Amino acid sequence: MRMILRRIAFYVVTAIVAITVNFFIPRLMPGNPALAVLGRIQATESKQAIAALEVQYGVQTKTGLWGQYIQYWDHLLHGNLGTSLNFYPASVGGLIRAALPWTIGLVGVATVISFVLGTLLGVAAAWRRGSWLDGLLPAMTFFQAAPYFFVAILAVALFATKLGWFPPNSGYDTTTLNPGLDWAFISNVLDHAVLPAVTIVLASMAGWTIGMRNMMITTMDEDYVLLAEAKGLPTRRVVSYAARNALLPSVAGFSLAVGFIVSGALLTEIVFSYPGIGYLLFTAIGSNDYPLLQGIFLIITFAVLLANLAADFVYAFLDPRTRQEA
Amino acid sequence: MAKLLRSPKIIIGLCLSGLFGILAIIGPLVAPYNPNTSVSTINGTPMPPSAAHWLGTTQVQQDVLSQLLVGGRSTILVSLIAGAAATVLAVVFGVAAGYFGGWADDLLSMLANIFLVLPALPLLIVIFGFLGKATNPNDIVIGVIISITGWAFGARQLRAQTLSMRSRDFIDSARIVGEKSWRIMTHEILPNLVPVVATSFLFTVIYAVGTYTALSFLSVISLSHWSWGTMLYWAQSAQAAQQARLEWWWFLPPGMAVGLFGTGLALLNFGIDEYVNPRLRAAGVTGRRARRAGLPRRPQLGLTPVLSGRRAGS
Amino acid sequence: MSAQAVMGADDILIDVTGLCVDYGLGDGAVHAVVDAELTLRRGEVLGLAGESGSGKSTLAYAITRLLRPPGVITAGQARFGSSVNLLTAGQRQLRGLRWNEIAVVLQSSMNALNPVLSIGTQFSDVLRAHRPEMTRATRRAKSGELLEMVGIPADRLGNFPHELSGGMRQRVMIATALALDPSVVILDEPTTALDVVTQREILEELMALRDRLGFAVLFISHDLSLLVEIADSIAVMYAGRLVERAGANAIFRAPRHPYSLGLLSSFPSLHGPRRVMEGIPGSPPDLRNAPAGCSFHPRCGFAFDRCRHDPPPLLDLDAGTRAVSCWLQDGTAMVPAELARAVPAGPAVAAGQPGSADPAPIGGQP
Repeated sequence: MRMILRRIAFYVVTAIVAITVNFFIPRLMPGNPALAVLGRIQATESKQAIAALEVQYGVQTKTGLWGQYIQYWDHLLHGNLGTSLNFYPASVGGLIRAALPWTIGLVGVATVISFVLGTLLGVAAAWRRGSWLDGLLPAMTFFQAAPYFFVAILAVALFATKLGWFPPNSGYDTTTLNPGLDWAFISNVLDHAVLPAVTIVLASMAGWTIGMRNMMITTMDEDYVLLAEAKGLPTRRVVSYAARNALLPSVAGFSLAVGFIVSGALLTEIVFSYPGIGYLLFTAIGSNDYPLLQGIFLIITFAVLLANLAADFVYAFLDPRTRQEA
Repeated sequence: MAKLLRSPKIIIGLCLSGLFGILAIIGPLVAPYNPNTSVSTINGTPMPPSAAHWLGTTQVQQDVLSQLLVGGRSTILVSLIAGAAATVLAVVFGVAAGYFGGWADDLLSMLANIFLVLPALPLLIVIFGFLGKATNPNDIVIGVIISITGWAFGARQLRAQTLSMRSRDFIDSARIVGEKSWRIMTHEILPNLVPVVATSFLFTVIYAVGTYTALSFLSVISLSHWSWGTMLYWAQSAQAAQQARLEWWWFLPPGMAVGLFGTGLALLNFGIDEYVNPRLRAAGVTGRRARRAGLPRRPQLGLTPVLSGRRAGS
Repeated sequence: MSAQAVMGADDILIDVTGLCVDYGLGDGAVHAVVDAELTLRRGEVLGLAGESGSGKSTLAYAITRLLRPPGVITAGQARFGSSVNLLTAGQRQLRGLRWNEIAVVLQSSMNALNPVLSIGTQFSDVLRAHRPEMTRATRRAKSGELLEMVGIPADRLGNFPHELSGGMRQRVMIATALALDPSVVILDEPTTALDVVTQREILEELMALRDRLGFAVLFISHDLSLLVEIADSIAVMYAGRLVERAGANAIFRAPRHPYSLGLLSSFPSLHGPRRVMEGIPGSPPDLRNAPAGCSFHPRCGFAFDRCRHDPPPLLDLDAGTRAVSCWLQDGTAMVPAELARAVPAGPAVAAGQPGSADPAPIGGQP
């Protein structure tokens, strides 16, 4: 599986680059903002908080840049992402750990649904060219061009406010329920997850559909599809001959799309005040909570890299040509 | 070229894009009010569209239409600059990587792949988060920063195209004649890549619009910098969509504007795609012509249509 | 009505008359096939010869309704056996016929095999679609048999197409085609993409299989010398029209159409006296602007006035055993000596004979 090993190596390199970029950005910006923040909170925060921040941002430390870099890595490898400013003394890692399951659940499920639905629709649109399905494409293009959070706002406006079918915000009804594995809680969670999930699906589906449709049209021109028809295979089988091959670029493109979908999902959470990473990010921005901001960036990056790796595995499984030793 | 203009997708795409282009230029000049000024300070509820305010007002009685027009210029300008800068980067890196091959290609490809995989929005949030509070960057700077995350996709495509062109005879003959590398790249390879560059540019502008709007919505970009995303930020923080009386005039126009602008560009892109890859156009025997001849409306694989005339099949 | 119908109607597997195929509709339509006639008998090997763009592949695919858009059949008849009208048959009827009775082998085997499925799976699909009573084990056994039949070990069933060589892939195509014991196998330039040595091997295997299983063959090729060796009869196409149809021996020894004559004069022979090579001057016409009258007349050394105005119909010669589409043969004109040679008895090509195209003919000819 040389290809997989190469991909893993690449992701490790990318992670290193991301971590390094994360380290350097605050130190490169004009007029060290960390200082500005520190200046603002100097009066109110405890000495330990200030000391921790100074260390984190390399202010007034005796260790040089390289030493700070090593220290940074040391912290990371121990799982220490720093301390939040806004939620002091909560650790960044702890805050993220609380919010992460919500995001993973939402994004994971929504992405899978979006991929499956979008791809199936693309296959149908290509196979039945000239039918009413072609009319869907412009509408889908619009949904893809519109920002995720705008689709979210529309969803809230229509389904929550106007029709009242679903709740307009939160992950669950915090006033009446407590987290637990009982059905009341779970059903409430699901109820609150529908609109955010629908938003993500609607906004991301178009890409899969259009991509799959175009690839199917090219694939249907291949000889083996004609031959499948000539062999008298049932229609479903002929379609699958084409689809199995047309799917490959979509899976390859999944890696690219994951970054977008995750970003879009974060924005969606904001509109719904959904208690995931996106909402946490929003509060971090609003309160200039730099440690939290940077911690979230790293976690998101790692998650995206993991998703990419998973997609690479799936691709290797689907395309036997990659399995031969290059 | 004429065929290009006949496609409905291109026509609609051009109209929409052109409309927004005009908007970007004249927007702030035609705006009836200053988007920042509050018309009154007593009323705390957004007002629906009226004769004085065609798109109504915000919570602090600012004119929505003016915000839309002024914000429009920033949004469109930033996206175009980001698109242009990213395309330049993509062309330089992509063509160089494809043409020179070897370690230059390996290095540039690795760079492109890293930027492709790194999630763009979170990275930009961190950059602007640290940058934007201290300084208030202007549109050009914002555009250039966004382009850092947007060049990789185009670069990969251009590299692939350059690679396939490199092995063609006319490139070899140019080399043998002794043309310098950069001349070959600009005079032989680049002219053939124009459709790819065009679609890459459009794609990146669409990406930039979405990203810039998202950054403004997150208030990572200073809120005094009017854009469609900023409008949506204010609308969302005032919970305009959650009010019993839906304040649609506040959130609908900026969102629709972004969507329509993106759609116009996407349609242009599809049109160019279809022109370059004729298979994507409807195959020649569909629609009205087919029906008039008595054929099934859509061509079906494995069932070649037979004209139901007097002679055929009888 | 073709005079060949006297030879027992049951024997005729494919009967095509007056077939016209266009690409596109309306004024811009390209007339790819015009008034084509074809008859394929049980066990017969019919060669379909012509240059690229002559319409030979279009004709074959149109008959089986496998022609891709924008192809449209605009006129004519095509029958399979005595009962099935190929042009009016619906999806279900065609599906029953396809592969059971009519199989196709395409030119490029790399593109004809699904790259993401193993060979075994692709065999299995065919068997499962037409022989639902077979169990998985039976299918596997049968697939192994088919591979062995074309000289590939059965343990390669798990391989993917990219793991096989070009020759092996083409053998797999042939094995697939014979999976259901069809009565007709259409081969579209099956060996063009292979090197000469592999070409010969595969053709020999193919003909051996044909002798064993007795299927009819419609062999499409631009290589007339090849067809002369393996075909029983040959039909020559030019610019979408059938210009000559005759037994292989008759065409090789005594062509009646100037185009056939030109084609045959283009091969050097390994034996016999040296000749000055002649090609056919000019190039095939643009089918959108075909010449008036006979479409070959601009390149024909024997063209006269009538050729420029009237397109010649397909005329029967020699008591219906051959047909030509040329005004020279309508009985009124003076036939040039080159086009009036006598047809010698015996096979087209015999070993060691002067002027034969190849010393080791395929097909087991004496």
